[in-house]
Amino acid sequence: MGTALSSLRGVAHVYGDDVDTDRIIPGKYTKTLDVEDLAEHVLEDLDPEFSGRVQAGDILVAGENFGCGSSREQAPVAIKAAGVAVVVADYFARIFYRNAINVGLPVVEVGPHEIKSGHEVEVDLANGVVRDVTAGREYEATQMPQVMIEILEAGGLVSYLGEHGDYDSAAHSDNPRRSDGE
Amino acid sequence: MGQTISEKIISRHARKAVHAGDIVIVPVDGVMATDATGPFAIRAFREMGGEALWDPESVSLIIDHAAPAPNERTANLHRMMRDFHEEMGGHFYDVGAGICHQLMVENEHVRPGDIFIGADSHTPTYGAVNAFAAGVGSTDLAAVLLTGKIWLKVPETIKIELIGEMPRGIAAKDVILSLLGRLTLSGATYKAVEFTGPAVAPLTLASRMTLANMTAEMGAKTGLVDPQGLDLPYPFTPVRADDDAEYVQTMRLDVSDLRPQIAIPHSPDNVRPLDDALGQPVDQAFIGSCTNSRLEDLQMAARILRGKNVHPRVRLVIAPASRNVFEAALEDGTVQALTAAGASFITSGCGPCVGTHQGIPGDGEVIISSTNRNFQGRMGNPRASIYLGSPAVVAASALRGEIADPVALLEEEEGSWELL
Ligand code: SF4
Repeated sequence: MGTALSSLRGVAHVYGDDVDTDRIIPGKYTKTLDVEDLAEHVLEDLDPEFSGRVQAGDILVAGENFGCGSSREQAPVAIKAAGVAVVVADYFARIFYRNAINVGLPVVEVGPHEIKSGHEVEVDLANGVVRDVTAGREYEATQMPQVMIEILEAGGLVSYLGEHGDYDSAAHSDNPRRSDGE
Repeated sequence: MGQTISEKIISRHARKAVHAGDIVIVPVDGVMATDATGPFAIRAFREMGGEALWDPESVSLIIDHAAPAPNERTANLHRMMRDFHEEMGGHFYDVGAGICHQLMVENEHVRPGDIFIGADSHTPTYGAVNAFAAGVGSTDLAAVLLTGKIWLKVPETIKIELIGEMPRGIAAKDVILSLLGRLTLSGATYKAVEFTGPAVAPLTLASRMTLANMTAEMGAKTGLVDPQGLDLPYPFTPVRADDDAEYVQTMRLDVSDLRPQIAIPHSPDNVRPLDDALGQPVDQAFIGSCTNSRLEDLQMAARILRGKNVHPRVRLVIAPASRNVFEAALEDGTVQALTAAGASFITSGCGPCVGTHQGIPGDGEVIISSTNRNFQGRMGNPRASIYLGSPAVVAASALRGEIADPVALLEEEEGSWELL
């Protein structure tokens, strides 16, 4: 079962540049496997009211380097658990980007933008388009690697590997360090 | 076409020549997860239908982020990791063994030419031993535990040439802070960083680890130190970049001109010359983390504090990088000198670096720390302010009760230079 890759539409919550993972979910709250706990504290140090205000299907919008800092996967998990349907940013920190796709949270990079909080935003992941419906502007998004689209369509890496058992690719090769002994 | 270190290592694993921008699925040589990322990874591994590790010998689990457990919830996550290890095998490092990154290098789980994947953002530290090492999250890690493979985009590389001779009292931390100030938090996003040049060859393994470690703060996928001059306790074949390798950017830093550097609140790339922050009163000083808590770091602190007392208003907390480091520092009298000066040693591990326990600051307090991140809330309290500097800067500041210059301090004492 996958995410519908077109037609994500919701209200934007806009934040600035360099929102790090400590501000997405402070380290002290990450020692749990319960996603509801995480959702409750999402973005707490940045905007204490966010978790109470966000509605299912809303869109989180940010500036440059969203998700920088630690590798904690609890960051995209917390955002997803809070009901956010997709995150739009100028661009993302590397590990956050991978983690988001892996947990099935769509993320899209649009470069510099002027989306404002409260605007109605539409994201077409498959075609790489972000529309600020309120402002009547359209932004072109960067293309995702094919393997990421497949993972996202499967609903995340867990279901992708659950279904396939391994990566579907001709690019496999043996481990050179171990190939002699095996 | 020439290749960078990353391109060479990835090519060897992909069994074809690759260049920046190529996407490949490659076998990995080692993986590790900590108590911050391991429990999620274990759950994801089971949900993927995982019944056995692809290769237990290549897998390490480490309890370091909140060790010993500060509460019941964490204690149960630790149990979950121990149970998983009992069932699946692999290497296991329990409470007190040390910080994951230190352990991977010390115990030779990562070696030159390897591709290593760690469920922690400071995994690029192993670029110090000439390995391609990248950090991932828990689900990516689970996929490696199951398949032994990862998909990677071959990164573009930023080349950093270090020239000149490091002045006494200046450390690798000052070099990497200075570079981070210039490149910023996003300067190397999706890219690799290569350190090369004549100033690299004399660096110790510990100092190389400090350099590679904080490429994570630049957003880098990996950081690689030219293996020239690298001293490891086993024979290895170094992987060096070709002369005609292609770089997306080249930077040069003459380290002979360097003054101590400091990152001011609330971002690691808010870097200033130390002189701009001199005199700022501090409440707590911390020497620890995968960036700076190895033997040479503790020795440097001891040089400054031996025979003296930490300022009465300051708590000096020290978490050695590993039990091995702690033992070596006990053996040569470093621990005794620091303890006599008023330092508190805590369990080897992450300690207060990540704000879960052991030294959470109070409201309005100021911390001087040898760690790598000073984001608001990083040490567990968003109303505290964190400054980042070298262990020498931390020790000098602990002594004076305010941010102080270790170079000036040592210059005051004639003869101290002989010890450096
Ligand atoms: S010492 Fe700090 S930065 Fe290093 S692995 Fe531990 S928590 Fe992360």
